[in-house]
Amino acid sequence: MNIIEFTLLVWVSSLLAGFVGSLTGLGGGIIITPVLTLALGVDLRYAIGATLVSVIATSSGAAAAYVREGFSNIRIGMFLEIATTVGAVMGALLAARISTGAISIIFGLVLLYSAYASSRPRHERVGDCQPDPLATRLKMNGSYPTPDGPKSYCAQAVPTGFSLMFGAGILSGLLGIGPGAVKVIAMDQAMGLPFKVSTTTSNFMIGVTAAASAGVYLSRGYIDPGLATPVMLGVVVGALVGARVLTRAKTRWLRLVFGLVIGIMAVEMIYHGLTGRL
Amino acid sequence: MAKQTLQWTDQYVEELIGNLLRVGVTLAAAVVLFGGIVYLFRHGRAAPQYHVFMGEPTDLRSVSGIVKDALAFRGRGLIQLGLLLLIATPVARVAFSVAAFAMQRDRLYVVVALIVLAVLMCSLTGGRA
Repeated sequence: MNIIEFTLLVWVSSLLAGFVGSLTGLGGGIIITPVLTLALGVDLRYAIGATLVSVIATSSGAAAAYVREGFSNIRIGMFLEIATTVGAVMGALLAARISTGAISIIFGLVLLYSAYASSRPRHERVGDCQPDPLATRLKMNGSYPTPDGPKSYCAQAVPTGFSLMFGAGILSGLLGIGPGAVKVIAMDQAMGLPFKVSTTTSNFMIGVTAAASAGVYLSRGYIDPGLATPVMLGVVVGALVGARVLTRAKTRWLRLVFGLVIGIMAVEMIYHGLTGRL
Repeated sequence: MAKQTLQWTDQYVEELIGNLLRVGVTLAAAVVLFGGIVYLFRHGRAAPQYHVFMGEPTDLRSVSGIVKDALAFRGRGLIQLGLLLLIATPVARVAFSVAAFAMQRDRLYVVVALIVLAVLMCSLTGGRA
């Protein structure tokens, strides 16, 4: 197989990963890394470097569409970005100190949890909320558009959310992915934000978080241009197509099938990490 | 002056940020695609070697090296330049937010955005540690 054939193969795989990632809400990044390492035999460090770049592209591309709808809260996003960027730099520095086997195991566990969390029904906190003094001081309360006019919300438990997002940043920097699953715990459950607000705000934050670790990865030589090109261009196109389909198709059974596939990939990552084959 | 402050509503700022992100990503993708074509045209027949990690050559690891390679019209240098543009897009977003919060006279969030910008700059310039 020469580079042209390999590039095409990676591009098609990334296209599918971006598509599935968009449909399941997991993001293409978390799916393409196992595909590259397990199926195509790419070293985990190159895979993480290429994935990180694609994460910045999909996040920024999607954020452009989201912000126009007026759901994301730029103040909550910016405030939590202090936690995620510092965490991401630490995670990226940590990635050089621990073995690829250990990274593979952590990746598998995060993937497994993400697949589980995304398949569960979401419970939105309803009813009126008492404004939290700290959140009020930080101007985090806001409103978002609904069919029945703007609906207001207020943020809770800012320190808890901040600490959790710090952890999300570390995982993001260590594994080169978006901090999807932890974000749900931090922003939906701890801070009590409406689902639409937390999802769009977190997507908004992913690009900045990934950019923070990208500097470290670039200077370490993890970002290979030949590999990053098909991954980035594939994942972005796949995610755009996925977002189109998402608004039309009934995705329940699709999510189940993909959830199963992702679960198997997660177990493979853990197994390979344990047996030292990565 | 009061009128100008009024114009910088959150909605307006978000729209500007949305446009900034779209332009950044589109531009980066175009440069990467162009560099990718140059690279495949010249080196496409060789065998890929991604199963062993060797790390990138030093010229593809730093901003100055990447710019030099890109100006020399090397495929991998051009791609890496596109990736730098991509990484710079969220950084530009944060820098823009500093200005936007300043226009809104929101001192607290000017400081918050400046902290985030400082972390990003540290990573991009001092990440060699």
